[in-house]
Amino acid sequence: MFAYLVRRGLAVIPVMAVVVTVVFLLIHLIPGDPVSVMLGPDATPGQIDATRAALGLDRPLYAQLLGFYGRVLRGDLGQSYFLDRPVVTAIVERAEPTLMLMVCALLVAVVIGVPSGVVAAAHRGSLWDRGLMLGSLLGVCVPGFWLSLNFIYLFAVRLGWLPAAGYASLFADPVSALRYMVLPAVSLGFNQSALIARISRSCMLEALQQDYVRTAQAKGLPERTVTYVHAFRNALVPVVTVIGVTTAVLIGGAVITEIVFNIPGLGRLVISAILRRDYPVVQGVVLVTASTYVLINLLVDILYAFIDPRIRYD
Amino acid sequence: MTEPRTERQRWARRLLRNGGVVTGAAILLVLVAAALLADVVSPYNPTRLTPANRLKPPSAQHYLGTDEFGRDVYSLVLHGARVSLLVGLTTMLLTSAGGIVIGLAAGFSRRLDVPLMRCMDGLMAFPAILLAIALMAARGPGVWNVIVALSVVYMPRTAMLIRSTVLSLRELDYIQAARALGRRDSTIALRHVLPNCVGPLLVQGSFVFAYAILAEAILGFLGVGVPPYVPSWGNVIASGKNVIREAFWVSLFPGLALTVAGLSLNLLGDGLRDVLDPRLRVR
Repeated sequence: MFAYLVRRGLAVIPVMAVVVTVVFLLIHLIPGDPVSVMLGPDATPGQIDATRAALGLDRPLYAQLLGFYGRVLRGDLGQSYFLDRPVVTAIVERAEPTLMLMVCALLVAVVIGVPSGVVAAAHRGSLWDRGLMLGSLLGVCVPGFWLSLNFIYLFAVRLGWLPAAGYASLFADPVSALRYMVLPAVSLGFNQSALIARISRSCMLEALQQDYVRTAQAKGLPERTVTYVHAFRNALVPVVTVIGVTTAVLIGGAVITEIVFNIPGLGRLVISAILRRDYPVVQGVVLVTASTYVLINLLVDILYAFIDPRIRYD
Repeated sequence: MTEPRTERQRWARRLLRNGGVVTGAAILLVLVAAALLADVVSPYNPTRLTPANRLKPPSAQHYLGTDEFGRDVYSLVLHGARVSLLVGLTTMLLTSAGGIVIGLAAGFSRRLDVPLMRCMDGLMAFPAILLAIALMAARGPGVWNVIVALSVVYMPRTAMLIRSTVLSLRELDYIQAARALGRRDSTIALRHVLPNCVGPLLVQGSFVFAYAILAEAILGFLGVGVPPYVPSWGNVIASGKNVIREAFWVSLFPGLALTVAGLSLNLLGDGLRDVLDPRLRVR
C-alpha cells in the first residue's frame, strides 16, 4: 500500500508542472503587449514599464517561468491590480461560497443519482427503469445554466418560494443560507446526478450477475436483502470513483452557477477579473481550481485503493 | 428482404436498426438544415434592432417572441444554430486530427510517449470549462478563438483514446506480421492501425461535438465566447437572463434548441458505441 501511495503521489508532480506552465503561458497568449492590454489606453509609458517590471515580463521567458514556479511554490500568486490585495487573499475570501455550493450540489447529485440507478437496475426493463433512464439521458443533455434560469423563473418569479439570487453565509444565518442555496445546488447537482444514476445502474447490473449474488439467492435470502445489501455494497465501489470525478466537474460548473445566481464565489471573481483584465487573478483562480481538481483525483485514487485492494497491485 | 452482400452494407444495416443512431441523426439533420437555410427560413433579420417591438410574447408575428432589443427570437435561434454547429463540427474535426497525430505518435514512439502523455495529463487536470474560460480570457472573444480553445481542451481525451487503441492493436498478429514484412512504422500506423481507430473516433467525436456546443453556449452566456452581437444560443440565453422576470421566452427557446442538439448527439454517440463496440454497451 505504501509503495502505491508513493507512486500515485509522485505522479502528481509532472501533472502539476504542466498545470503551472499552462497557467504561466496564459499571460503570453494575450495578443499584443499584455501590459498595455491590462492597463488600457490611458496608461503612461512609465506606468507600463513599471508594471512590466513588476510582473517580470521584461526578463527572458525561461527566467520568467522559473520565477513563476518559485513564487507558486512559496504560495505567492501575485498581486491583484484592481482589488489592491494579494491574489491569494482574494481567493481565500471568495472560497467559502464556492465550497458550500460544491458540497450542496454533490449531496444533491448523490442523493438523486445513486438511488435512481440502483432502483432502475433492481427493476431492469420495467417502466421505472425506462423512465429513470430516459430522465437521466435528459439530465445529461439539459444545460445546467439554462436549467438554473428556468428554476429562477418558476420557483422565484412565479411561485415566490425561494430567492432568485444571492448568498448568505452558513455561519452568519443558516436558514437564509439554505434557502439561497437550494436552487443553485439543485441546478448544479442535477446534471451530475444523471451521470451518477447511469453509472450506478450499470455497476449494479454488473454486481447482480456475480456468483455471490446467485449464492445468496440460492440460500433463500429475500430478494430485497440480496439486492440492497449484497449487490449494492459491491456496486458502490466504482461509484465512489464517479463521485470523485463529479466533485471535480462541479468545480467548473460552480463558476457558471455562481454567475447565474449572483453568488460571490471564485467563479464571479474570475469572470469579473477577465472583464477587468486583472490577469494575475485569472491565473491564480485557474491555478487553485486546477490544483484542487488534481488533489481530489489523488484522494479518490487513494480511497479507491483502500476500498479495492486489487488496484494496489496493478 | 435480400441478405446484405458486402461488409459495408452489413454495417449500414446495423446502424439503421439502432433507434438511437436513427433518431439522433434525424434530429441532427433537421438542425443542420435549419442552420443552412437560416437566411431563407427566418422571418426577420436576427441582428436588426427594433426597440418598438421589445419583449413581445410569442405570437403569430413572432413565433417565439422578441428579446429586449426587439429582435425576433425564432430568427435568433435559427441563426444561433449556425454558430453552434460550426463550433461543434470544427472542434470535433480539430480534436480528431490533433488527437490522431498525438495518439499515433505516443502509441508508436516510446521516446515521445511519456512526454506527450504527461502534457495530456496536465491539460486534463484543468476543469474543462475553466481552461476554456482561461484561454478565452487571454485571446479575447471570437468564433475562431472559441474553436481553438475548445479544441485544446478536448484534444487530450481523443489523443489518449487513439493511443490506447494503438497500444492494444500493436500486439495483434496482423500488425506483427506487417512489421515482420519490414513495413515502416508510419505505413503501419496509417494503413493498418488508423482504419481501426475510426469506430472509437466516431463515438468520441459525437460526444466532443455535444460538449463543444454546450461549452460554446456557456462561454457565450458568460460573455467570453463569440462577440455579443453575433446571434448564438449562449448569447441569446444571456440576454434572456436580464429579462427573465418579464420575458421567460427569450432564454427558454434557445435553451431548448441547445438541449435538443445535445440530446441528438448523445443519442447518436450512444447508438454508434453500441453498434461499433458492443463490449462497451451500457446495459
